[in-house]
Amino acid sequence: MIELVRTENLHKRFGELEVLKGIDLSVSEGETVVLLGSSGSGKSTLLRCINFMETPSSGRVFIRGEAVGTERAGKLTYNQADLCQLRTKVGMVFQHFNLFPHMTVLQNVMEGQLTVLKRSRKEAGEKSLAQLDRVGLADKAGEYPSRLSGGQKQRVAIARALAMDPRVMLFDEVTSALDPELVGEVLKTMRQLALEGMTMICVTHELGFAYHVANRVLFLNDGAIHEEGNPQQVLRNPQTQRMREFLEGHSLFKLPD
Amino acid sequence: MEWDFTAAFSNIDLLLLGLLNTLKVTGLALCLGIPLGLVLALTRLTHLRPLSLLAAFIIEFFRTTPPLVQLFWFFFAFPILFDINMTAFTAAIVTFSIQSSAFFAEIFRSGIQSIDHGQWEGAKAIGMTRQQSLKRVILPQAVKRMIPAFMERSIELLKTTTLVSTIAYTDLMYQANDLAQKTFRPLEVYSVVALIYFMLIFSVSQLSILIERRLARSGEGTVH
Repeated sequence: MIELVRTENLHKRFGELEVLKGIDLSVSEGETVVLLGSSGSGKSTLLRCINFMETPSSGRVFIRGEAVGTERAGKLTYNQADLCQLRTKVGMVFQHFNLFPHMTVLQNVMEGQLTVLKRSRKEAGEKSLAQLDRVGLADKAGEYPSRLSGGQKQRVAIARALAMDPRVMLFDEVTSALDPELVGEVLKTMRQLALEGMTMICVTHELGFAYHVANRVLFLNDGAIHEEGNPQQVLRNPQTQRMREFLEGHSLFKLPD
Repeated sequence: MEWDFTAAFSNIDLLLLGLLNTLKVTGLALCLGIPLGLVLALTRLTHLRPLSLLAAFIIEFFRTTPPLVQLFWFFFAFPILFDINMTAFTAAIVTFSIQSSAFFAEIFRSGIQSIDHGQWEGAKAIGMTRQQSLKRVILPQAVKRMIPAFMERSIELLKTTTLVSTIAYTDLMYQANDLAQKTFRPLEVYSVVALIYFMLIFSVSQLSILIERRLARSGEGTVH
């Protein structure tokens, strides 16, 4: 198995507040890893450190075995151009979609290919339509995002990230801002991606998704990995008190089986 | 007293020449002031604190001092300090470019800051640099929101340029003063000049209303 993402002793501080307290994570090609944890546990921050939306305070990130950043005189420095290059390899989808409202769906998906990858209009257009087709929205190519439902917007955002041909996809609570009835279509798209072999790291509160799709579940608590394992084991048979409390909070008002 | 517009109308060519010069100063000051304003705004928004503070100081200085003082300073003091010659026209262009750029900078800054932070994140996540994000994602949205303020400021500038008559540049106001004195018909001359300014600025403001309506109709498409 090829290791695509690895973090070593990753720390992140915001001023006095230490959000990540030394995370060691390894994700292999084709794996789907789900990060669980209560808010403030550091799961989103961990995700954002992997593609350097946030710069880690200390520790290293390796993408495909290559260390990110150069060490000079004991200090890690990051070259902005290298980070931009890295982000084309590590795609990210956000809770609030962040589509560009002044561009059509097609233009949204083409934008990064044109400005960053310098693909020709023709090639970018064809790839974009292929990715839109993959998320089932090829017929919306000419629409503006404001005309789409939340679920459709999020699938466009997924297509936009996929169009860069990333090796890894990061999903940051991508269903949290959606109406409940629109959550399913986005999760279905994600499951399909996982089945196609995409390597994915997902922060989510959808325990069902974690149970059915993830290869591995990590439970973060207070900036550290508290419990991890395959979803059947972690979700059905949690080993720690904290994890049990977290799961109970989630299933308090579940419909009876 | 009797109104007699003969003097004013028979010298209308002089007034129109003045109008042309007024438009020249306004147009050039806009052409230089808008890009300069963008540069000031971006400098103000950098994370390099000394640069940002310098830009903030320039902006505040030119927004808070009277334009007439600035004009006199550039016309009388600046040439002595730096030992260069400056015509009234050059002094006017320099003053009003910088003065209006300070106001444009604030329009640019508030426009850029009004764009949701998620837009920067969305662009960054697909590998775009800060400059690419600004040019392709942020500014196209921000400029649209800025247009009404831009128009407002341009009209303000057009009115402020009347000050150049005080350093003997032959704009519309200067021509009016000149004509009023020569013909002993200040009432009629200034009435005609007021009308010219009114027609000019009224049509510009009508145009801006038209543009605003047009933008409102095309819809802004919210972020979420």
